[in-house]
Amino acid sequence: MSDLLLAARQVKYENRAFWRNPPAAFFTFAFPIMFLFIFNTVFGNDTLRLSGRSTSMSTFYVPALVAFSVISACYTNIAIGISFSREQGVLKRVRGTPLPPWVFLAGRIIHATLMAILLVVIVCAVGALVYDVDLPTNTLPSFLLALTVGAAAFASLGLAVTAVIPNADAAPAVVNASILPLLFISDIFFGPEASPDWLARIADLFPVRHFAQALLAAFNPFEAGSGFEGGHVAVMAAWGLAGIVVAARTFSWHPRG
Amino acid sequence: MTGPAIQVAALRKSYGDVEAVRGVDLAVAHGEVFALLGPNGAGKTTTVEILEGHRQRSSGDVSVLGHDPARGERSYKEKIGIVLQETGVAPYLTVAEAVELYRGYYPSPRPLDEVLEVVGLAEQRDVRVNRLSGGQHRRLDVAIGLAGDPELLFLDEPTTGFDPSARRNAWHMIKNLAALGKTVFLTTHYMDEAESLADRVAVIVAGQIVAEGPPATLAARDKGVTTIRFHLPAGPEALPQALAADVVVEDGTVEIRTTTPTATLHELSGWALSEGAELEGLTVSQPSLEDVYLDLTGAAPAGDPAAETA
Repeated sequence: MSDLLLAARQVKYENRAFWRNPPAAFFTFAFPIMFLFIFNTVFGNDTLRLSGRSTSMSTFYVPALVAFSVISACYTNIAIGISFSREQGVLKRVRGTPLPPWVFLAGRIIHATLMAILLVVIVCAVGALVYDVDLPTNTLPSFLLALTVGAAAFASLGLAVTAVIPNADAAPAVVNASILPLLFISDIFFGPEASPDWLARIADLFPVRHFAQALLAAFNPFEAGSGFEGGHVAVMAAWGLAGIVVAARTFSWHPRG
Repeated sequence: MTGPAIQVAALRKSYGDVEAVRGVDLAVAHGEVFALLGPNGAGKTTTVEILEGHRQRSSGDVSVLGHDPARGERSYKEKIGIVLQETGVAPYLTVAEAVELYRGYYPSPRPLDEVLEVVGLAEQRDVRVNRLSGGQHRRLDVAIGLAGDPELLFLDEPTTGFDPSARRNAWHMIKNLAALGKTVFLTTHYMDEAESLADRVAVIVAGQIVAEGPPATLAARDKGVTTIRFHLPAGPEALPQALAADVVVEDGTVEIRTTTPTATLHELSGWALSEGAELEGLTVSQPSLEDVYLDLTGAAPAGDPAAETA
């Protein structure tokens, strides 16, 4: 069997195992969708200023929760899942087989990305059908580029963060501690003008706000051009590369302690 | 095939200042069942993990099936099966799915049904991994180790936590593997297990092999002191002078240790017949493998198994 077929096979088995673990599936899927309804119900009719014109806050919340979906599916899910598999000795067992390590990790990442895509489709569909949000058309290539770079970057950061997770029990705490504060200051839950400038500058050091802003630009109904946000995409890509470097140097296949 | 399946010379492994393995030499023939015995922290796990390719050695030569395990070659991993103590399986797959997943990693795997049959999990094939009992999970570990139809199987404490009948079944299974011509490298804490399964055993203490040979003759156990035990309500004073010298009495049980068991028994039974006495509960025993092992390892009682990390 070629390695690509093996990777596809890994994805198939990952998918089977994923849906048989209802809590994991629930957390991954229910949170973004639940947040989409809650934020739109509470703030959806507020006014959002974009390109000097007014639209509804729903136009903000759909791309914001697209970003949240990708971060949940790729960063949170991969980091916690790998930590559990490492502690259970699944990684060590796999390392003793002929399966190339990259194929195993590719299976995890591809599956996480597929879950992210499914979530993004759901969030966009609800946004368009329920909250009347315009989906990207002329900005579609920019939207897909931001999504792709974002998914790759957060997946690689999810692998990298496992280096500082001591055991599976600590995994959810470490992962949430690393991502929740960023979500709050990075224009995901609160509108783009909500944070004071200094807080936004801090958020700009990290990839989450750049991801949200690149996606928001693609959802801007007044954008006549491509909506391409090179700066935001570049920062995400840099974080993704840093994640790959850290993961390559620190990733452990053996249970700790 | 020429040469031994496993050849190790002057193997050393240090962790910082601690030298866990200090010059180990080993040779295991093709088709042999070999058991490595030793107390926790003696370097047993380190040695096995170097052979499996899970750890890098500090120095020495290691050749397993013609490969250097340290290189992590795929062609090497295709020929071996590893059954470790603490390696899990995706908990939400079924038994059959888990074995099937691992079968796919090997160029010529054993048929799924055959693997499940060998380990006795055919009836549990559709049970989710997280619903298996401890013993069933261990059998699944072995099933996954066999999935690729390996030439060489590493078995790390294969029956720890088994009840006696499950252990007998596992032994039967391992003997079947040996009958198929597989080489088996076993580690175990159970001396009866080593005695029942292994063609040869080696005892490792403080990072060095202190004894090696077939279990029946390890450390000249067959040529050592024989112990004769029996009940003698009358007390040892009644025994003839020639025997009384080597006698130990405890709760009415007389124990005679001798290096000439034939002559001693002859004398003893001759005396008993002439006195009309019956030697109740008469036993003649050589040192057990466990006696020899405890002697070699300094009679230190086994520590907490969890304490072994090296």
